Amino acid sequence: MAASAIAASPKVELRDVGLRYFGLEGETEALKGISISIAPGEFVAIIGQSGCGKSTLLSLISGILMPTDGAVLVDGKPVTGPSRKVGYMLQQDYLFEWRTILENTLLGAEIQGADMAKARERASGLLTRYGLGQFLHHLPRQLSGGMRQRVALARTLCTEPDIVLLDEPFAALDSQTRLALADEITVILRREKKTAILVTHDIGEAVSMAERVIVLSRRPGRVKSDHAIRFATADGARPNPLAARNASEFNGYFNTLWQELEVHVEG
Amino acid sequence: MSKVESMAVVAPSTQYLAWLRRERRGHLLVRAAQLAILVVFLVLWEVLPKALIVNPVLTSYPSALWPTFVELLKSTPQQASILTHTWATVLATVLGFTGAMVLGIAVAAALWWWNMLYKVLDPYLVVANAMPKTAFVPIFYIWLGATMSIYGMSLAISVFITILMIYSGFQGIDPNKIKLAQTFGATKGQILRKVVLPGSVPTLVAALKVNAGLSLVGVVVGEFQSANLGLGYLIQYGSQIFKMNIVMTGITILAIVSSLMYLAISWLEAAVMRRR
Repeated sequence: MAASAIAASPKVELRDVGLRYFGLEGETEALKGISISIAPGEFVAIIGQSGCGKSTLLSLISGILMPTDGAVLVDGKPVTGPSRKVGYMLQQDYLFEWRTILENTLLGAEIQGADMAKARERASGLLTRYGLGQFLHHLPRQLSGGMRQRVALARTLCTEPDIVLLDEPFAALDSQTRLALADEITVILRREKKTAILVTHDIGEAVSMAERVIVLSRRPGRVKSDHAIRFATADGARPNPLAARNASEFNGYFNTLWQELEVHVEG
Repeated sequence: MSKVESMAVVAPSTQYLAWLRRERRGHLLVRAAQLAILVVFLVLWEVLPKALIVNPVLTSYPSALWPTFVELLKSTPQQASILTHTWATVLATVLGFTGAMVLGIAVAAALWWWNMLYKVLDPYLVVANAMPKTAFVPIFYIWLGATMSIYGMSLAISVFITILMIYSGFQGIDPNKIKLAQTFGATKGQILRKVVLPGSVPTLVAALKVNAGLSLVGVVVGEFQSANLGLGYLIQYGSQIFKMNIVMTGITILAIVSSLMYLAISWLEAAVMRRR
């Protein structure tokens, strides 16, 4: 079923993508021969060891980097630069300390020259839904790490992207906040039917959040394997990340992926 | 668990009140010590010349300053009022550091915009900053005339360090903040206006602190050479006719002007930092 959807019209497609960084000491091959197709509404996780080019992959999809080989397509069109269809959540919130929470959330709308009255309404709606309604005019330093990352999510979703890229968005949080926020964000992205691409080195996070996990090899990153993650539930719906961690299938997927990654440690 | 919740106010404990009292006492002690240093300095300056332990002709003394000041307030055909002198110095200083800030921001922005330009100009900027600008006082006088040479010196002495400080502030902006703006499709101009400039406000205040002081130095040195107006001129004039009262009055007013400038910048800094 997933295969037919991909064949119909992929939301994001990478065709034999390669990226080399140039330095005075020579060229570094970060990614090589990457071909991935992602269907609309799919939640895909990309895992791999640090330095395997995971984040670079997201930069390519977001259009802030251009591939040296191959092509990146969004909705069938080659990516030529940052697009409004793509939202990007970075490893930390990077809230601007001189802007209030609401002003931070409006950054994207401001840059894209959107209708500010509408954007303001949408931003305060999003922030209120994420439990930040009373902090609209607070400064970032007055908020905890989890709250700040929720502001970052609101900032990403305020411009209404179809595709959300998540670059280890919980890396800077403590483990409880991390689990809770991963759950929250997954539910939000699924409810809003976003296509999501999560980059992480946390296998548990990948398995619990995504319905498909792609493993990248060590530098230069190539697609090593591609796993569909399925959980049997009574209603057939995908369990939320916290529930997925308790599902009987979880450990099986975890161990499979663990072994795939460990091969690299030995190799 | 959030920071906001932890700010909740509870009834202060007796230990806390005791701690507050100690804090306040410590603060008062610092102020008292600062005042004491000033008083001791003034007393020594008054007593030592009066007791002829040092030569009063060389040092004058504080009690002589007020009568001198009142004397200098009068404007005669030969000599402008000391208020006019002070105003001339303050005006030139303000023009100097304002010009240095405007030029500094503009040049730093250009260097940020065109990295190649920075690479080319870097050694020249560093050398220009290290040059003793006061060596140019006579040349500026010839090139620019009496008044403009003072403004020129005030600007020249502070502009290079301002450019270097602001540029290094621009460079210090977290590249991930810039990347974030890029993910929304920000143009270079938008990155400058929405990320780099607002993110550099603390650097701008730090630069202002440095260049306001330097501009005052530039003005006074310029006035030594060329002016018939300004505190630098008054000090030079007083020393030539060997009237230490005039010299010391001029220096005292310079000290007051510096203090007021420092206070104004501190207020500005506090106002700016409240947003961070």
